[in-house]
Amino acid sequence: MSDRPPLPNPIRPAFAPGEHAGTSIVNIGPSHPATHGTVQIVAELSGERILRADVHCGYLHRGFEKECESHTWHNLIPYVDRLNYCSALINDFAYCDAVERLMGIEITPRCRYLRTLLAEYSRIADHLTCNAAMLMELGAMTAFLYLVMLRDYIYEHLAAVTGARVTYSFGRIGGLANDLPEGWLERLEWILGQYDEFVGRVHGLVDRNRIFIDRLRDVGVLRTADAIDWGYTGPVLRSTGVPRDLRKDTPYLAYGELDFEVPVGIKGDNYDRYYVRMREMDESVHMIRQLVELLPAGPISVDDRRCTLPPKHLVYTEIESLINHFKLIIDGPQVPAGEIYSAHEGANGELGFYIVSTGGGVPYKVHCRAPSFVHVGGIHRLLEGYQLADLVPTFGSVNMIGGECDR
Amino acid sequence: MAGGIHERIAARWGAQALEAATTHGLLALLVEPALVAEVARSLKAEFGFDMLLDITAVDWPDRAPRFDVVYHFYSTRDFVRVRLKARVTVEAPVVDTLVPLYNSARFQERECHEMYGIEFRGNDDLRPILLYEGFVGHPLRKDYPKQREQPLVPYLK
Repeated sequence: MSDRPPLPNPIRPAFAPGEHAGTSIVNIGPSHPATHGTVQIVAELSGERILRADVHCGYLHRGFEKECESHTWHNLIPYVDRLNYCSALINDFAYCDAVERLMGIEITPRCRYLRTLLAEYSRIADHLTCNAAMLMELGAMTAFLYLVMLRDYIYEHLAAVTGARVTYSFGRIGGLANDLPEGWLERLEWILGQYDEFVGRVHGLVDRNRIFIDRLRDVGVLRTADAIDWGYTGPVLRSTGVPRDLRKDTPYLAYGELDFEVPVGIKGDNYDRYYVRMREMDESVHMIRQLVELLPAGPISVDDRRCTLPPKHLVYTEIESLINHFKLIIDGPQVPAGEIYSAHEGANGELGFYIVSTGGGVPYKVHCRAPSFVHVGGIHRLLEGYQLADLVPTFGSVNMIGGECDR
Repeated sequence: MAGGIHERIAARWGAQALEAATTHGLLALLVEPALVAEVARSLKAEFGFDMLLDITAVDWPDRAPRFDVVYHFYSTRDFVRVRLKARVTVEAPVVDTLVPLYNSARFQERECHEMYGIEFRGNDDLRPILLYEGFVGHPLRKDYPKQREQPLVPYLK
């Protein structure tokens, strides 16, 4: 072992030991049990207080954008799923929406409501994951188990419609892969009942608990102006007290027809981020119940041969459908030349896709504006000045997802 | 409301912009690289575009100048977006940094720098961010082969 040269350091920290007397530099991560996701933080400490933090991401970089340039528009969907793997359906729908807008396709009413419903369902799963992990890291094992149990109900339930628990590949350009199976909506109502019961218990366990208030209140405080300057969107921005939500501000899918509130925090600390997510889940449940009532009958995919696969029985019986199927699989859907930036409200904030097409079945460029990446860019602002131990809940409350951050 | 802002921006910058068009609900401006910082300053100060959403680039290897540097701005007051583009050459892929205007530009410029080799004049922290120290080349350029490997830790034989 000793004759092997040391491995090169993959990062260059922004500061070196010995710049200030009496401080020490510690390295946290990239693989640390208290940071879910591989992220590395080089922190300068005075005692246990963080003076400066230099955050390095990229350990989950897998060349998403490069890979997208050599696959057909449809074949990207499994990659898109793996951006924010806690709410993969929202990624699917945001990507499909961008391509559909470029192609000038209007999805069917049932698809529009169903996408909205599934997106909100995914948002609940994402927020459950975030809050469960944050509370567990502070020692709240019971709250963790309650929330993760609910998440597992949702995963199993989504598996019944999509065939997978976490990464669904369920969106299609122009529609969805399947319609809902028999009895799905009845089970949904049962799960929402369980949600009410167990999230209520978590509220009882945590909200006014002295330990959590002391650990969360006035820690990792972010002001609105700073949040906007650093590009924060989603629950983190809302926790600072501004009701900025794309679902309200620039309604897409069926959000314009739904009744819901945009919960905001008071001062943008860890407690507000926890509470905004809890309240947003309630709003999502409220939206889902409305959507179940509104859900119209009808086809789930547009009848457009440019993107929708023909029915299998026609592929096997008539030559036009066989050729259509072949061309869609081998050449990909033909997307007209152009560029588009399309954004949805992801679970973590503005999830934007900037897509450039030169015409044809393969994208020229797919760029994902990932909320987590932008948030990690400003996360040192939430860490500096607080205790080293506060890093754990602060990092948890921002909900950095390596998949979309590092792409 | 949104249309009004787009029209006012087009009136303010249309003469100096190389192209100005409304496309898919946002105003797309193409300007000279030297104007990027000034247009961004004007968007922020005069038109309320307080959030810089995104910076990326597009590589057109057969075109001169070769790169588009693409910015997306958002106004949290009026809920409208603007896309700002500038074309830079492969010999001098330089634009001015937007860090003095928007702190969110820090990470975005670092990513754009490592992926496309765009230089952001005035940004003193262009360390690799998704890649690692010592990575050779700019992987999102079209002439970077997808299969090229540069393992930091040698593979076990």
